[in-house]
Amino acid sequence: MSSTAAGSPLARPQAAAVETPLRRFISEFAESRLALFGLGLFLLIVAAALLAPWIAPQNPYDLAQLDIMDGRLEPGSRNGADTFIYWLGTDDQGRDMLSGILYGLRISLSVGAGSAILACLVGASLGMLAAYAGGRTDGLIMRLVDLQLSFPAILAALMILAFLGKGILNVVIALVVVEWAYYARTVRGTALVERRREYIEAAQCLALPTRRIIFRHLLPNCLPPLIVVGTMQVARAIALEATLSFLGLGVPITEPSLGLLIANGYEYMLSGKYWISFYPGIALLVTIVSINLVGDQLRDVLNPRLKK
Amino acid sequence: MTVFLLRRLLQAAAVVLVMSLLVFLGVYAIGDPVEILISPEADQIERERAIQALGLDLPLWQQYLVFLGRALQGDLGLSFVFNEPALRLILDRMPATLELAVGATLVALVIGLPLGLYAGLRPHSPVSKGILAGSILGFSLPTFWVGLMLIMVFAVQLGWLPSTGRGETVTVLGMRWSFLTRDGLAHMVMPTVNLSLFKTSLVIRLTRAGVRETMLMDYVKFARAKGLSPARITFVHVFKNILIPVVTVVGLEFGGTIAFSVVTESVFAWPGMGKLIIDSINVLDRPVMVAYLMIIVLMFITINLVVDITYSLLDPRVRLEGKS
Amino acid sequence: MGGCFRAALSGAVLAWMLLPGMPARAQELTMAVGAPVTSLDPHYHQLSPNTAVAQMIFSGLTATDGHARIVPDLAESWRAVDATTWEFRLRPGVRFHNGSDFTAEDVAFTFQRVPNVPNSPSSYAIYTRPIREVQVVDAHTLRLKTAAPYPLMPTDLVSVMILDAETHAKATTEGFNAGPMAVGTGPFRMVSHRNGDRILFERNEGYFGTPPAWQRVTYRMITNDAARTAALLAGDVAFIDQVPTSDLAKLRGDARVALSEITGLRLIYLALDHARREASPFVADNEGKPLPRNPLQDVRVRRALSMAIDRGAIVERVMEGAAIPAGQFLPEGSFSYVSDLAPTPYDPEGAKRLLAEAGFPQGFRITLHGPNDRYPNDARIIQAIGQMWSRAGVRTAVEAQPWTTFIARAGKQEFSIFLQGWGSSSGEGSNPLRNLTATPDREKGYGASNRGRYSNPEVDRLLGEAMQELDDAKREALLQAATRVAFEDVGILPLHIQKNVWAMRKGLAHGPRADELTRAQDIRPAGATR
Repeated sequence: MSSTAAGSPLARPQAAAVETPLRRFISEFAESRLALFGLGLFLLIVAAALLAPWIAPQNPYDLAQLDIMDGRLEPGSRNGADTFIYWLGTDDQGRDMLSGILYGLRISLSVGAGSAILACLVGASLGMLAAYAGGRTDGLIMRLVDLQLSFPAILAALMILAFLGKGILNVVIALVVVEWAYYARTVRGTALVERRREYIEAAQCLALPTRRIIFRHLLPNCLPPLIVVGTMQVARAIALEATLSFLGLGVPITEPSLGLLIANGYEYMLSGKYWISFYPGIALLVTIVSINLVGDQLRDVLNPRLKK
Repeated sequence: MTVFLLRRLLQAAAVVLVMSLLVFLGVYAIGDPVEILISPEADQIERERAIQALGLDLPLWQQYLVFLGRALQGDLGLSFVFNEPALRLILDRMPATLELAVGATLVALVIGLPLGLYAGLRPHSPVSKGILAGSILGFSLPTFWVGLMLIMVFAVQLGWLPSTGRGETVTVLGMRWSFLTRDGLAHMVMPTVNLSLFKTSLVIRLTRAGVRETMLMDYVKFARAKGLSPARITFVHVFKNILIPVVTVVGLEFGGTIAFSVVTESVFAWPGMGKLIIDSINVLDRPVMVAYLMIIVLMFITINLVVDITYSLLDPRVRLEGKS
Repeated sequence: MGGCFRAALSGAVLAWMLLPGMPARAQELTMAVGAPVTSLDPHYHQLSPNTAVAQMIFSGLTATDGHARIVPDLAESWRAVDATTWEFRLRPGVRFHNGSDFTAEDVAFTFQRVPNVPNSPSSYAIYTRPIREVQVVDAHTLRLKTAAPYPLMPTDLVSVMILDAETHAKATTEGFNAGPMAVGTGPFRMVSHRNGDRILFERNEGYFGTPPAWQRVTYRMITNDAARTAALLAGDVAFIDQVPTSDLAKLRGDARVALSEITGLRLIYLALDHARREASPFVADNEGKPLPRNPLQDVRVRRALSMAIDRGAIVERVMEGAAIPAGQFLPEGSFSYVSDLAPTPYDPEGAKRLLAEAGFPQGFRITLHGPNDRYPNDARIIQAIGQMWSRAGVRTAVEAQPWTTFIARAGKQEFSIFLQGWGSSSGEGSNPLRNLTATPDREKGYGASNRGRYSNPEVDRLLGEAMQELDDAKREALLQAATRVAFEDVGILPLHIQKNVWAMRKGLAHGPRADELTRAQDIRPAGATR
C-alpha cells in the first residue's frame, strides 16, 4: 500500500529539467558502486528466473515429479530415486526448494513487475490527464482515486480475487486495481505544479499539440517521484502477493511464488524445519534489495534538485 | 473557499454513496453465508429458515435499499454471527486497533526521523548506507513472517514479552485501553513494532530525501553564509521544512495502518477491528464487513479532505479550485 | 482527570498482581482455543466452539462421554414407552446458578424457545422438530411424543441445553453474550466475556456432577495456529487445542509439554460428481477436450481412483500421524462400524488395469478441488493425491481456495471431485448416512450435505428402515448394511479419520474427546483422579 505519498507532498518546483543525454546518465549512475552491484545482482536474479527450466534439477510445478515420501528433507539430502541432491532441502510436498525458488522467482518477479508497470501506466496517464485537464475531469479522477485509496488493499484484493478466482493473471489484476491510485496521486501532484511553469507556458505559446506537451514535456519532469513510488511498489507488490498467499488467496498452490513458499513454510518454523521458509525468504529479500539499490540511485540521478 | 469546501463535501458524500453500493455488491458477491454459518447437520427446511432469518431471500436490490434506509438512520444492521449491531461491535474493538496504530506511528516517527535525518545529512557515510539498506527490510519482509519471528525470539526463546493477546485493560471514557497498564504495555510492544516496520522505513526514506534536497536550497546556503551553527540550520531550518511533508504522509498513512493491522492482529491474537474483519470474512458476516468497510471509507475520505485543504492553505501554488 | 489517573494506577497495580497465564494459584487455568466462540446463547448458533462453552455453563438432558457414547446428564434415565413416546426421568435437587430449581417445566420451556430464537443463522430446531408434544407428567418426569418412531431422541437431545423458565422467559441473545442471562446448571459460571478475545469462568460450587478442578478459568481465543503453539511454549497459556500437525514432532520432544489425543469422528473424504451423466466440468481427455460422458459414473473408475491413493503415505507424511486411514464413516468401536470394511489398499497397477477395463487405458485429465483453510492440511492432502493420481495415469490439476468461496461452489455442484470433511457428532452411522449418501430429499431432511448428489435406492431403503427401528441391535445391523452398500459402490471416497490432539504444560492431564470439544471440566492437574 501506500507510499503514495512519497510523491505528492514532495511535489515541489524543480530546477529546469533538461533531457539528459544517455551517456551522462550512465556515467552518473555508475558513480555508485553499490548501485552497480545492485544492478548486477538484479540482472543475475532475472537471468536465473528466465533460465529456471534449464538449471533447476526438478520441475516443481509438475505434480508427477514430486513425491511426498521425499517431503521435508533437510538441505543436502539425496532424492528418493538417488538422481540429484536437494541442496536447499524440500518442502512438505517433496518439492525441491532450489527448484521451487528458481521457479518462484519467475512468478514473483512477473507479478511484481507486471503489476507495477501496468499500475504505473494506468495511474500515470490518469494522473496526468487530471492535472492537465483540470475541472470536472480532475474532480472525477481524483474522487476515483479517493475511492480506491479509501479501500484497504488487502480487502480490495480479497474481493477481486473472490470474484475472479485464483490465478497469476488475476493476482496481477488485483494488484493493479489496488495500486494504480498511488501513481495517479503522485503524478497529479507533481504535474499540477509543473504545468504552471514557464516551459509549459512556452510550449503552449508555440501551439504544440496537447499530446506532445503532456508526453514530451510534462511527463519527463514528473518521472523522479514516479520512480521512487515505482521501485517501492514493485517490492510492495511482491510482499503483498506474499500476504495474499498467506491469507490463502494468492497464486495457485501447485505453482508457488516466493511468497507462497514462505507462507507454506511458515507453519514449520516452530518445529525447526527452517529451510522451507528461510531460503525463499532470503531470495525474496535479495531480490527486493537489489531492485531498491537500483531504484535509489536512479532517483538520485534523475532528481534535478540534487545537482550542484 | 466556502464554495470549494461545499463542493468537496458534496463530492465526498457522492463517494460514500457510490462506495456503499460497491462495497455492498462486492461483499455480497463472495460466497453464501448460509452455507458457512449453518451447522452441517442442518436439513433443507432449517436452511430455508436461516436464509429467511438473515434476510437473504430478498432480491439483491431490495437488500441494498433496506440497508441504505437503515444506514441513513445510523443503523448498519445486525451481525449474522453475534446478533448485535455491527456498528457497536466495531466501535467496541476500535480502541484496541487505535492504540496499536497510534503506537506504530509514534514508533515510526521516533525511530525514523533521527535515522532519516542522519542519512540525509551524511549521504555517503557507510552508516547511512546501512540505514537505507535496513529500511528496505521494513517493506520487503512479509509482516506475518516478521511477527512470528518476533514471537519466537522474544516470547518463546527469551521469555521477555508475552506472546499474544491484549493483557490487562483499564476503562477510560467508556473504552478499554491497554497502554495504561504495565501488563498491557508489555503486550503492546511486539504488535506495535510489527505494525510500524513499513511506516518506519517510509519515514526514514522521506526524511532522508527531504533533507538531501533541502540542504541544497538557497535559503540553507544563505543561513550558512550568515554563519549560523550547523545544529541550528539542521534543526530549525531544515527540520521544520521537511516535517510538513513527512507528517502529511504519516497522516495519510494512518488509515492504511489501521487497514493493514489485519495481518498483525491475526498473528498476535490482538482483539481489534482487523481481527474482527478477518473473522467476519471467514464466516461471511456481511453486515460486519459492510459496516467495517464503510467506516474505513469515511475515515479515509475525511483524512484526504483535511489533507487537501491543509495543502491548499500551505502551498498557494496549488490552487485546489482546479480552474484553468 | 484525577479519576482517570487513579483508575490507571489501580489498573497498573492489578496488572502487576495478575500476570495472566502464570499458575499463580493451583486452581487457576488459562487455556487457548483455535476457533472463536461466537455466542453464549446456547440456542442461537450451532457451532462446535459454542457447544463446548455451552456445555461448561449449561447442561442437557443427555450428554456424551469422550467416546461419544450417550450418558445421563440432567436426565437420570430414559426409555421408549411405546413406538412414539419417550419418557425421561429428571435428576432431582438440581439448581441453576442463580438458585432457581430445575424442573420438567424448564425442559418444556426450553423446547418451546429453541425454534423461536430471532435471527438465528443456524438454530437447534433440527433436534426438537421430531417432538410433537411435550407432556409434563410430574416435576421430574417428562414424556415426549413423536409422529413416527424416532430412535435418535436421546442422541439429539445432547445438543439441546436446558434453560430456566423463570430466568430466561424474556432472554435475548444479547443478554447471554453480555452475561446476565448466561445462567445454567453447568460446572462453571460465566464471569465476563470479551467478544472474540476471552471468556472468564469461575467454578459453580453447587454443580450436581463431579466438581471441576479449577476455581477460575480464562478461556482465550487464538485463531492463528503458530501463535497458539507459541503461547503454550512461552507459558502464556497452559493448554491449547487444535495442535497443528506440523508442531506435533517438536511438542512430543519437549519436556515441558504433554499431549493428549484420541481418534476423532471426522472423516476426510472426496465427494464425486454423481449428478451428471454427460460431461462433468473438470474432467477432460488427455488433449483437454471434455469427455462426452462422465467417467465418475462408472464404479470401476471410482474404485481405480480409490486404489491409486496411498492412504498410509498421506497419514504418515502429510498428517504426520494425526489420522488413521479410513474405509468407512466411523472409526472402530463406534456404533454401526463395519468390521470387515477395510481401507482400500494402495495398488497403482491395479488402478491402471481397472481404468483400462473401463475404457481409459491412457487415463484422463481431472481437476481436484479443495479448501485451504478448513481442515488440517487440506491443501496439502489434495496435492499429495494429485501426485498419486498423476503417477497412476490420471493427470490431475489441483485447485485450493478459501472455504468461503469453495463451499458455495461445491453446494452448486460446480466441481467434479472435491475434498470435504464430515464430523459425525452423534458417533453413529445414521448421521453420515442421512447427510452424505442419502438421496437429497427435503421432506425427510436427508442428503442436505450430499454435494456430489450420490443416490442409491438400496442405501436409501436400508437407512429408511433403520430410522424406524427402536431396537438398537437391529438398527445397528441395518446401518451396517447401508454403510457397506454405499462404500462398496464408492459413493464417496474415504481418505482418513482425524485424530484430535491437545497440548498442555506438564503437570496437567486431559480427558480427550472424540467430538473435538474443548472444555475446562476435562482438564485436571496430573495425578488427580477424575
